[in-house]
Amino acid sequence: MTRLVLSGLSKRYGATAALDAVSLAVERGSRVAIVGPSGSGKTTLLRVVAGFEAPDAGTVVLDGQVLADGPAIAPAHRRRIGFVAQDGALFPHLDVAGNLGFGLERDEPDRARRLRELIDLVELDPAMLSRKPHELSGGQQQRVALARALARKPALMLLDEPFSALDTGLRESVRESVTRVLAKAGVTTIMVTHDQGEALSFADQLAVMRGGRLVQAGRPYEVYWRPVDIETALLLGNAVVLDATIEAVGVSCVLGRLAAETGGRSGRARIMLRPEQFRLSLAGPGPQAVIEDIDFRGGQCAVTLLMVRDGAETRFTAHVPSMDLPELGSAVFVSVNGAALLLGRTG
Amino acid sequence: MPALPLRRQRNLAGRTMLLLAGGAALCALLPLGFIGWIAIETGWQTALALIWRPRVGELLANTLLLEICTLPPAILLALALAWLTERSDMPGASFLSWLTVAPLAVPAFVQSYAWVSLFPRFHGLPAAALVSVLAYLPFLYLPVAAQMRRLDPELEHAAASLGQSPARIVLRVVLPQLRLAVCGGGLLVGLHLLAEYGLYAMIRFDTFTTAIIDQFQSSYNGPAANMLAGVLVLSCAGLIGLEWLLRGHARYARIGSGAPRPAPRRKLGRWRLPALALPLALASLGLGVPALTLSRWLMAGGDASWQQGALAAAMATTLGYAAAGALAAVAAALPMAWLSVRAPSRATRFLESCHSYPGALPGVVVALALVTVTVRIALPLYQTVATVVLAYVLMLLPRALVGLRAGIAQVPIELERAAASLGRNPARTLLAVTLPLAAPGIAAAMALVAMGVATELTATLLLAPNGTRTLATEFWALTSELDYAKAAPYAVLMILLSLPMTALLHAQARKTLNA
Ligand SMILES: Nc1ncnc2c1ncn2[C@@H]1O[C@H](COP(=O)(O)OP(=O)(O)OP(=O)(O)O)[C@@H](O)[C@H]1O
Ligand SMILES: [Mg+2]
Repeated sequence: MTRLVLSGLSKRYGATAALDAVSLAVERGSRVAIVGPSGSGKTTLLRVVAGFEAPDAGTVVLDGQVLADGPAIAPAHRRRIGFVAQDGALFPHLDVAGNLGFGLERDEPDRARRLRELIDLVELDPAMLSRKPHELSGGQQQRVALARALARKPALMLLDEPFSALDTGLRESVRESVTRVLAKAGVTTIMVTHDQGEALSFADQLAVMRGGRLVQAGRPYEVYWRPVDIETALLLGNAVVLDATIEAVGVSCVLGRLAAETGGRSGRARIMLRPEQFRLSLAGPGPQAVIEDIDFRGGQCAVTLLMVRDGAETRFTAHVPSMDLPELGSAVFVSVNGAALLLGRTG
Repeated sequence: MPALPLRRQRNLAGRTMLLLAGGAALCALLPLGFIGWIAIETGWQTALALIWRPRVGELLANTLLLEICTLPPAILLALALAWLTERSDMPGASFLSWLTVAPLAVPAFVQSYAWVSLFPRFHGLPAAALVSVLAYLPFLYLPVAAQMRRLDPELEHAAASLGQSPARIVLRVVLPQLRLAVCGGGLLVGLHLLAEYGLYAMIRFDTFTTAIIDQFQSSYNGPAANMLAGVLVLSCAGLIGLEWLLRGHARYARIGSGAPRPAPRRKLGRWRLPALALPLALASLGLGVPALTLSRWLMAGGDASWQQGALAAAMATTLGYAAAGALAAVAAALPMAWLSVRAPSRATRFLESCHSYPGALPGVVVALALVTVTVRIALPLYQTVATVVLAYVLMLLPRALVGLRAGIAQVPIELERAAASLGRNPARTLLAVTLPLAAPGIAAAMALVAMGVATELTATLLLAPNGTRTLATEFWALTSELDYAKAAPYAVLMILLSLPMTALLHAQARKTLNA
């Protein structure tokens, strides 16, 4: 059963179209990550779903309940949608217990037990209940904000770059703990993030936004390997783009013949490969290239290769395991794992 | 779950606020309209005849001399004191910082009363400049000290590592960063010098403001007073323009993340104790002299001076006016403060400058404007409580606005949204989140306005209904009759009323640093 359905959402601020006909369906209990460059409308989308902002057009339907139909909207406080902002937005005048209990009914039985449960849920020390927000670290604040939103057992949870204020080390552990909590609670979640790794590992469904439009949505694997265009590809990782000629089966390019779904197209086209598709060997198969530069990154290396064919130089980067790496300046054979992706004529 | 009702958001709050702020801005434009109107009404010929007089030249010279003799020494003293209290290891630095700010609690005309009654022949420019420096130094010291504390020591370290000598570091790194604070504080002091009446009248030094009030009191609302007011407003505008030029357009912001480390304090070595001489000397002049005079007169007057029935009545009247002024000013500034925090745009910035500019207008101009308007258009309002309170509102609107803005900024919209997403409706959000967080700022704004009203003299003299006696006007009447002993208790009460404001301003200046 589908839980949240957004259709044709549009929202303008003056001349900027912050949202442009965005449609998305989110399954019950699933986790959606929204990625996109800065200013692409991610926050606006969450604000519209949460009810802080009215769309100019389009509908928001949660479990059959219409929450927004154009500018007519249901009030935010009656939607049962949790929201965690970038900095947590904890109430500075209330302690942790006050923050956690803010959304509970006044006459909630077993309030103390509920608070204990919540603080346990986000793996914090119950002694923190009497602390003020400014006495917590950034990661602790974020977890309190999450617990506060979960206290009301929301039907949908919205997270707007919840980890971006944390530094890298902390970020990973908080993210893991938050993912665990959300899975345990089984809440449908939409998270906005700038971090591709975060998006790919967190999501059941990945949505890519650009210029207010939702350009692609699908399983992370699908979006990573079959992006609709080169911008989407680059948002999620590095890519190598080459000119190629479409053959009866597959394509041919400087790297030789590669498998590809041509979809009945013919003539010339541009293809995209991920840097980790390349294999380097001293013995072949594949055409030869010279190692121009090696950027050591621990387990993996980014190797810049130079290939000269018919007098034309082609430079590209491969990500390969750093063990048994050939020397800088040596010639290696380059082969390609898997298929190349044909980019659209405009891409 | 029952179906939720769908409603269009009509942003009623925003529109109402815009309407109210527009109304307040219109009221605030009244004095400006008055100036424009008298300029047009008087006509070139008459205006020129009234302005092109030796008397006006004399006043202009006096005003210029006063600014020149007061501002540079005040700036140098503020820099020295700020450096000593914020960046050196002078003993008791934080106490001395309080001591430097404390003269704010002594109204300027009380300060000059203290000097005149101690040295009856203390008159003219030197006296005016000395008392002005003592009375207004805190206005420069506060922002300069605040900025001094905020300076990022890393910049100085960076300059040192680039081979700059300590003297050149002060010149090329430290002073430029203090420029905004010096210019802002200097402008404030300069405007006070133009606007102050009591201080200079008491010390018999003629400025535009004293001349306007003399003129007004001798011949009522003649065009002569209005023309002088016009020249006074032009002087204010000139000062603002000068500050704008000197301030430059650079913004000094810290680049990079994280809170700056507190700057290390410079070791004074054997100068540690001698350095105390400067703050202590200023404190003994700015606080010691009023304390000495007041205690002398209080002793001379004995118990009798406290038992005047008029004293209690004046106190009650003052408190009443202060409360009314504070409530009215805060109510008038609230919509604007809300808009400028929550919905900043070009339109709201324009409205905001309409709210802020009266802060640069001398009280006497605001008062003259209201006199003229009430006499010509709404005579029943002439010399009524309503008009006085309106004058207070206009004069203190900027002060209320600044305080309210700070209060409302304590409640970022994200917090209200968080409350909504946690199921609180707008009314309960207001009660549970917005009010508790904004209340301290609102209360502080009210207190600042109330205390401004409590020591206001000029507009009260010109506008209050006949027979109204506030602490300030009663003090003024008594000192005019040279009854210094009877006046002393009034001065003491005004100082006591101003103390909380002084503490508040000092605390605010410190707090902005931690923010
Ligand atoms: N309240 C507003 N008033 C005017 N324009 C706005 C407002 N909120 C957003 N915008 C504009 O709408 C566009 C989308 O903004 P939004 O905040 O949704 O982007 P975002 O994808 O969240 O960006 P980021 O990754 O930087 O957070 C931007 O061009 C932004 O300038
Ligand atoms: Mg955003």
